[in-house]
Amino acid sequence: MKNALELSYLVPLFPLIGFLIIGLGRKYLSKSLTGIIGSGVILFSFLISVWIFFQVKEGNSGTIEYFNFISAGSLKIPFSFQVDALSSLFLLIITGVGFLIHVYSASYMNHESKDHFARYFSYLNLFVFSMLLLVMGGNFVILFIGWEGVGLCSYLLIGYWFKNTEYNYAARKAFVMNRIGDLAFLIAIFMIIAKVGSVNFGDVFSAEGLQKLSPSATVITLLLFVGAAGKSAQIPLYTWLPDAMAGPTPVSALIHAATMVTAGIYMIARSNLLYSLSEVTSNIVAYIGLATALLAATIALKQNDIKKVLAYSTVSQLGYMFLALGVGAYTAAVFHVMTHAFFKALLFLGSGSVIHAMSGEQDIRNMGGLSKKLKVTFFTFTIGCIAIAGIPPFSGFFSKDAILLSAFEKNPMLYGIALFTALLTAFYMFRLLFVTFTGKFRGTQEQEHHLHESPALMTMPLIILAVLSIIGGFVGIPEVFAKGGDKITEFLSPVIAKHEGHEVSHSTEYMLMGLSTGLVILTIVFAWSRFKNYQPKEEKGFGKVLENKWYVDELYDKVIVNPLNRLAGFLNNFFERFIIDGIVNGVGRAVNYGSRQLRLMQSGQVGSYVLLMVLSILLLLVYQFFIKK
Amino acid sequence: MQIDYYIYLSLALFCIGIVGVLTRRNAIIIFMCIELMLNAVNLLLVAFSKMHHLKNAAVNASAGSDGQLFVFFIMVVAAAEVSVGLAIIVMMYRNIHSVDINFLNRLKH
Repeated sequence: MKNALELSYLVPLFPLIGFLIIGLGRKYLSKSLTGIIGSGVILFSFLISVWIFFQVKEGNSGTIEYFNFISAGSLKIPFSFQVDALSSLFLLIITGVGFLIHVYSASYMNHESKDHFARYFSYLNLFVFSMLLLVMGGNFVILFIGWEGVGLCSYLLIGYWFKNTEYNYAARKAFVMNRIGDLAFLIAIFMIIAKVGSVNFGDVFSAEGLQKLSPSATVITLLLFVGAAGKSAQIPLYTWLPDAMAGPTPVSALIHAATMVTAGIYMIARSNLLYSLSEVTSNIVAYIGLATALLAATIALKQNDIKKVLAYSTVSQLGYMFLALGVGAYTAAVFHVMTHAFFKALLFLGSGSVIHAMSGEQDIRNMGGLSKKLKVTFFTFTIGCIAIAGIPPFSGFFSKDAILLSAFEKNPMLYGIALFTALLTAFYMFRLLFVTFTGKFRGTQEQEHHLHESPALMTMPLIILAVLSIIGGFVGIPEVFAKGGDKITEFLSPVIAKHEGHEVSHSTEYMLMGLSTGLVILTIVFAWSRFKNYQPKEEKGFGKVLENKWYVDELYDKVIVNPLNRLAGFLNNFFERFIIDGIVNGVGRAVNYGSRQLRLMQSGQVGSYVLLMVLSILLLLVYQFFIKK
Repeated sequence: MQIDYYIYLSLALFCIGIVGVLTRRNAIIIFMCIELMLNAVNLLLVAFSKMHHLKNAAVNASAGSDGQLFVFFIMVVAAAEVSVGLAIIVMMYRNIHSVDINFLNRLKH
């Protein structure tokens, strides 16, 4: 198929070029030039993505093969891009939000020295490149290349301030936890190759491919889900994401909220046909997602680090998306990825603006009353909070409602817990808002004096994201409000089969919406009454357990990390020293001893040599004439 | 005439040579024993070539001469070897006043 979409290779190419230029020229480029190149390449990608989006909208989609990437026997893995509704939507999110965050970063990271600034931007561009590769890949292998690439960039950016040992540990933790998931993903790919003999999405998700896969669909989908859980921070592999807040705030916004962590959701949404083959996996995905959403939401209630609250909120929202995937509402999950990208990026960038104003302070107990000084930040942050809480007509309402409705159709109990989690979300987000922005300032005199609104380069992205957070939901208005309002389902229908007809009646749907909205507003009022004049106090009892994140990290240390360390120590002290070294040294000693014995034969007595010669010849003769047949 | 007798004779000569080389310590006698072995082989070569081509010999006088020619080569080589070997033995005698091979086991040191 020769068509205009062949140009789509330009989308990932631009960030790659940006990465190379900035990475290689980091000693020569000035800061402003670095910022312009770094953001400019993403802008170009964004423009091409918009063009691709409209191409796809007109029905021009497909797989474009560029060259043969791996070919071994009958297995052929082409380097191909899949350009369709799902990937074009992700392209828009990644490059659009990515561009805003690049612009924001140029101002936020300005106090860094020149080559560190360039290092930051080169990593960021490399990340965008990998992420684009991930969503555009036309087969599982290309997807996996991007998958690993974003993991690497995540590691590099979490450990960006590499002089801080704690941050390096956080980076390492993220990397190792991702590896656990990646291994499962890799095994799933191998199994797919073994069953279908191809990794192309087109072959795997064809009727024939699915038929070959169906006997082992549960195993494969579960393995894929473990991979997704690692990347998208689900139980039990979620603890890396809160620690990943060690990176610069725009990185948290881009990688650990808006894009990379949604890779798992993308992958499962892409494999939706495969997942619908296995009831068991779908249920597991739903329950794990729900459990993660609830657990993370409870932890977020008592966190005092502004970024940690947002991090747990991200984990919780990701859990929501997995719930949607598990109940078969793939479109709702993708929709929530989109709206979440808007409001979570907004919230993170807003928190970055707060941290910037507070000269690096992240503890909300030392903030308060910031609304007077940081008007734009406060305003946009409030919009973000309303959006995530799910009040109509903000974007979060529509996507969350779609998920809740699907959960209700599946099982009212799922709906109940999901709704409770939504209330928790509203509560902790507004706690964060009120504690940070209202009441009296609780920081030091010096900080108060220093308080200032961030420069325009930082507030502009906030405003744009705020607008998107308000209107982003209108692409998915439920059918009860407006016939044909659910444009996103319509758009995604070539990739994700629309499931026809809601089982619930319109009146039930209205009731559910009204219930959730009413309860959320009540929760917000409750949060207002509790936190408008917040004074820090020591947590006791259950609150302390929540503040310490249910002691999950401590549990992991006790159950997994420490035994592993002890095992490694044992292997080092015993196995390495006595067995491995024993074998190596033993070989050396045996050769030494043997040669010392053999040396005795070389006596210098000519007679004995001749005797040996004669005997050997006799032996040869005997062998030749009597033994050999 | 049977070939067996030739074989037995050469075998005897060869074994005498081997035993001589193995048991004697005098370098000159060892040399002689080596010559004995070479000549045992020579004898065998000549005998085989003669006997093998016995029928052809009546027609063609030069039949089987290649085996006998080979003997000359061996003789020449042996002569050359003896001249070198004797020279070594003479040098050895000059230095240590003995031709006992067991005196010369110090090459390894």
